Amino acid sequence: MQTLMNQFRLAIARFTPGRAVVAAMLLGLVAGALLAFGAVAAQEENVVTIDNFTFTAPELTVAVGTTVKWVNHDDIPHNVVNKDKLFRSKALDTDDSYSFTFASAGTYDYFCGLHPHMQGKIIVK
Amino acid sequence: MANEGPDDRKKGLGRREVLECMVWAGTGVLWTITGGVPHSVGLIGEAAAAEPAKGFTFLQMSDSHIGFDKAANPDALGTLREAVAKVKSMPTKPTFIIHTGDITHLSKPAEFDNADKVFGETGLQTHWVPGEHDIIDEERGKAYLERYGKGSKGAGWYSFDDHGVHFIGLVNVVDLKGGGLGNLGAEQLAWLEADLKDKSASTPIVVFSHIPLYVLYKDWGWGTEDGQRALDLLKRFGSVTVLNGHIHQLAQKVEGNMTFHTALSTAFPQPAPGSAPSPGPMVVPADQLRTKLGLSTVTVMQGNKPLAIIDKTLA
Repeated sequence: MQTLMNQFRLAIARFTPGRAVVAAMLLGLVAGALLAFGAVAAQEENVVTIDNFTFTAPELTVAVGTTVKWVNHDDIPHNVVNKDKLFRSKALDTDDSYSFTFASAGTYDYFCGLHPHMQGKIIVK
Repeated sequence: MANEGPDDRKKGLGRREVLECMVWAGTGVLWTITGGVPHSVGLIGEAAAAEPAKGFTFLQMSDSHIGFDKAANPDALGTLREAVAKVKSMPTKPTFIIHTGDITHLSKPAEFDNADKVFGETGLQTHWVPGEHDIIDEERGKAYLERYGKGSKGAGWYSFDDHGVHFIGLVNVVDLKGGGLGNLGAEQLAWLEADLKDKSASTPIVVFSHIPLYVLYKDWGWGTEDGQRALDLLKRFGSVTVLNGHIHQLAQKVEGNMTFHTALSTAFPQPAPGSAPSPGPMVVPADQLRTKLGLSTVTVMQGNKPLAIIDKTLA
């Protein structure tokens, strides 16, 4: 996304625009803004929500270096515990959240330490 | 009931027992141990009249969730106080209270302080076991053990004897494994085996823990992974009563000489297994809440008579 925007800025610099070109570029800006908005939304997708004793999405694939955030929407506390003990949140009361940054590739199984039938998985590529 | 075989489990509860449970659902369970085998004997008042003060009575209270203030009950401390008021007004003073866990909602010091204060008002000794909500302090159970762990082993398990009954408090909320259920662990099971070793098979046993020892509903984690191993160690005893909490509703079953009972919460009800998307707190109309909260009274009679459990709501 960032690259696209940069190319767009280069395009602005390169030409002396006529009226039609300006219009086209404005359209391009709108398109760029929409794309940028899409990127923000993609970041929001690195959130795992907890509703009804369920991690959603139960399986999430992210890039190395991504920070995943868990948010508890239940009115019962939960926590997030990695099976291999790499990460473990404190108890998350209603609307509390916990974040962990995945520095290396791999598959990370996790569960709720209070209600271990609740399970999820982060795949880092 | 003492000699019911495994086939009797199919019978379930008789109409009378069911009605009794319905009536008392919500305040607690009145257990009467007569000759070591528990059974429901009816309303507390009736029980007192039918079984005048020969045995001893104790209470089971559970899932107080002090600190809970969400829609299902904005004042869990308030309904606990109501339950304690009922305890204080009982015509027959119970010998002690067994609390089957989730004393607090978030293991906060102020919540434990309130527990000490409110349960202290009963003037009764309370025997505790932790629920998963009691060990979520930063140091994962230290706060609980500092208050209630005196004389216990490991994560807080222990046993004691009273009126010829052997009581065992087990902890099955610690070190839970992903995808698993409640957990006792090898160390606790070894302790249990040693604890029971010299006990005669005629000793009435009451064993209590937070999560049900048997698998009541796997999809919601309502059971204990290695609970059967504990039950196997208890099989040779003529009378075993298993008291649990965690599920915030009454569930009873009899298997041979074992009677299983889960108590009501004093904080909020939870749905019947599989009847809702999750086991989370169940919101009911405010005027019905107290019919779904309560405690249990257990009366132990001397001699060869069964133990009786009566559940009483806050309504």
